[in-house]
This record gives sequence, C-alpha cells and structure tokens, in this order.
Amino acid sequence: MYPPRFEYEAPETVAEAVGLLVEGHGSAKVLAGGQSLIPMMKTRFASPEMLVDINGISDLEYHRRDADGSIRVGALCRHATLEQSQVLADHQPTMAAASALVADPIVRNRGTLVGSLCHADPQGDWAAVMASLGASVIAQGPTGERVIPVQEFAVGPFQNALAYDEIAVAAVVPPPKGKPEGGYLKMERRVGDFATAGVAVSLDRSAGGVARAGIALTGVGPRTIVAEEAAAILVERGLDPDSIAEAARAAAGAAQPKTDHRGTAEYKRHLVEVFTSRILKRIAGSSEEAA
Amino acid sequence: MGSLFEVVPADTQDEVPRRRVTVTVNGTPMSAVIETRLLLVHLLRQAFKLTGTHMGCDTTHCGACTVLFDGKPVKSCTMLAVQADGHEITTVEGLAGPSELHPIQEGFKEEHGLQCGFCTPGMMLSAKALLDRNPDPDEDEIRWALSGNLCRCTGYQNIVKSVQWAARKMNPQQGQEVSE
Repeated sequence: MYPPRFEYEAPETVAEAVGLLVEGHGSAKVLAGGQSLIPMMKTRFASPEMLVDINGISDLEYHRRDADGSIRVGALCRHATLEQSQVLADHQPTMAAASALVADPIVRNRGTLVGSLCHADPQGDWAAVMASLGASVIAQGPTGERVIPVQEFAVGPFQNALAYDEIAVAAVVPPPKGKPEGGYLKMERRVGDFATAGVAVSLDRSAGGVARAGIALTGVGPRTIVAEEAAAILVERGLDPDSIAEAARAAAGAAQPKTDHRGTAEYKRHLVEVFTSRILKRIAGSSEEAA
Repeated sequence: MGSLFEVVPADTQDEVPRRRVTVTVNGTPMSAVIETRLLLVHLLRQAFKLTGTHMGCDTTHCGACTVLFDGKPVKSCTMLAVQADGHEITTVEGLAGPSELHPIQEGFKEEHGLQCGFCTPGMMLSAKALLDRNPDPDEDEIRWALSGNLCRCTGYQNIVKSVQWAARKMNPQQGQEVSE
C-alpha cells in the first residue's frame, strides 16, 4: 500500500517546523517515529497534504531528569531509548516498566513517547502511564509554549488538543512528592498487539504513607481512564491488604470495557482488578523487605 | 546511465512531489529520484532490485520487511524512503558476499531455522542487531529480540537454536564458557 501523495519537508529547527505548520494551515502533519501515522496514511485514515518530518531536529532527541526531580522526554526520544534508560531505571519505575511493553522491539526503535501521546489512541500505553504520573505535554506554537495536562491532551479517540500550528516538543513528569514507586502491567494476546487491558500505577511514598497516587487504565474505555477514586483510597489509607483490595475493586469499577474479539467486558474488568492489586501488593511487599 | 542519452518525458504540468535520495545500502551509496510517498521497502525492492527484503503484512505487524537502519532494526514498510536519505541501510544481501554465508545464515541452515523462508531475512537482521550489542544472549534475550518478527510455519524453536548456533560460531570462547 502506498500512502496518498504529500509534500515532504524536513526542517532542522522547531521554529522552522512551526513555520511550516503555520503555512500548511491545518493541512500539514508532524511526522516523528511514524509507527502509527504511516499505517494510518497507508489505510487512508489520514491523508495530510504535507508531512513535516522532525527527525532531523536533534534538539528534540533527549530525555533527562532535572535538578527538581522532574523528568522531561523530548519529542524524538524513542521507546527503545527509554527501555534502556538508566534514568528511568533509577528514578521512574512506572515508565521503566511500560517502556519494554510498548508494541514490539522493532517498532520501539522508531516510535516515540510524545508521538504516542499525540496519536491519542485509547489503547496507547504511554497515555495511561503519563496520566498516572500527572504528566503534561509541552506544546510549542508561533507565539510560544503552553503546558497541557495529559488528561486534557487527548480530547477524543485519535484527537489531541494541539492547535494546527503547534508541535508537542516534550512530555514532562512533575517532581515526585516522595519515593516514586509503581508499575505497569498489560495483557496482550501476542507481542505487538493492542492491550486487552493495561494498568499503570504510580505512587509517591513518604513516611510509610502514600503522598500521591495515580492509577490509569489502558484499552478499557473510549479513552484512557484515570481511576481517581482508587487512587484516593490509597492516599487516605496507605497500603494494607484491605486498602489494596478496595482500590483494586474501585479501579475495576472505573473501567468501561466493551466485549470484543480480545475478551468480554467482565474479563477485562477482572484483569484491571488483578493487575492493580498485583502491582500494589508488590510495592507493599518490597517496602516491607526494605524495612 | 548506460549510454549518452536517456529518454525522459516531455515537460508537463507535473506536480507530483519528488525528491532525490542517496542511501548507503550494504556499504554502497545508491541514489534515486522518488515520489515522497514511496516506502523504504519499495525503494529497496523496486528501485534497487534488492528483493531479499520481503513485504509481508504491510501493516507493521509481521517484521518480514525488517532492515537495519543505522544499525538498528526497523520495519521498512513503516518508514518513508525519503527518511533514509543520508543514512545507512543493511539488508539481508549485505550480511555476506554472494558465495559465502554469514554465521547467522549458516546457523539457520544448520539448525533448520526456516521452512518457507519468508520471515527469514527479517529474523536474521533482528538477530544480527542483537548479536552486535550482546554477543552471548540467553534464550530469553533471543526470544525477546525476535518478538517483533513473526514466523507462521516452523514455530520459533529452531530459529532460537539458529541464533544460538551463530552466537557460538561468532564467539567460540563465550560459547564454551556457557556450556561449562
């Protein structure tokens, strides 16, 4: 399958890229890893008149932890880079766990975290992970930058909050309010398939309690679901067998799964409960060992 | 050009977006003028006649079209040919010369790592990228590295054995250490 015809531009700076988007006036689209956009173009779900390929903008190829503890991921940072990242292994367990489960190893060499957020697929792993962390997307347009919380960034399936002349240049995870702990689990029928269900948990732990909690769900609703009630239970009551069981039930209750070829709604809801409980039990167990 | 002239179409109102690209394929710089929408797999197979790269699903699932892009496996059906401009591509034809076999190819032969052979070029390039960065992988690491390449006839048992065979051949000392 060939994609439809398009003009191709490969700018070397963000300013140049934004200029091209302004010129395109809604008919141009940014190409980063292309692992979702190119298949969408081949199947005619997308047919932009111009592609602005940002792969030549080397300034966007980074991820780092800043002095305040926040983590910043540039628009060209590939999944594979995050999978091998010492920064994430040391400081951000939820992202580290998810980075090895996105798509398959070959796709991970090309695809990017920020691109995955922009694609706004309710089945996207990173959307749930970044929502559980309370992360934001930095959008750059002709008049400067604005910060968009991940939860407001996906406005619908495959629709994001960017204006036509804006580029998502980075995603930022705010500094933790304690020791960051967490995990990501997903059920997939085979490597590279979309999630049957996925659960991202991120906790900031301090003084034996839970200072902040985030739980978000992949593939069990029309959009990434943030299980606020489940997270609130953990902040209020900390981690004990009862609070874990209750939070897991609340997370399953927040899911809005539909029966399809990947499984029944009941099955997917069950997966959410089991995954949530499994991640929380592991966190509780490891902190007992440490103490 | 094989002669002193080339027949080209007369100037028309042609607005088809085109680009000239130069890609180093298996060590040799190669150029072509292409439509911007051409995929890398088409450039390799149709323009450069390197048909060892196979096109399977055409939907980013199967990995048959895997090539090395600056040393890393990518699915060439999910990359534009223009994006390869100025970069290095390794295809299965670049593993070894025409009358010799790369140890990975030898491994697939010795361990019966293929039946129909359609997925094999992609499998071997994923294996090469793995062995380039990890010369002595264990079985889990091999299965992990090949998990983006689908085989529909043999199962993966012999493919894993083939990569293990190649790893031993390429690093005889490490292979011995493992067996002790």
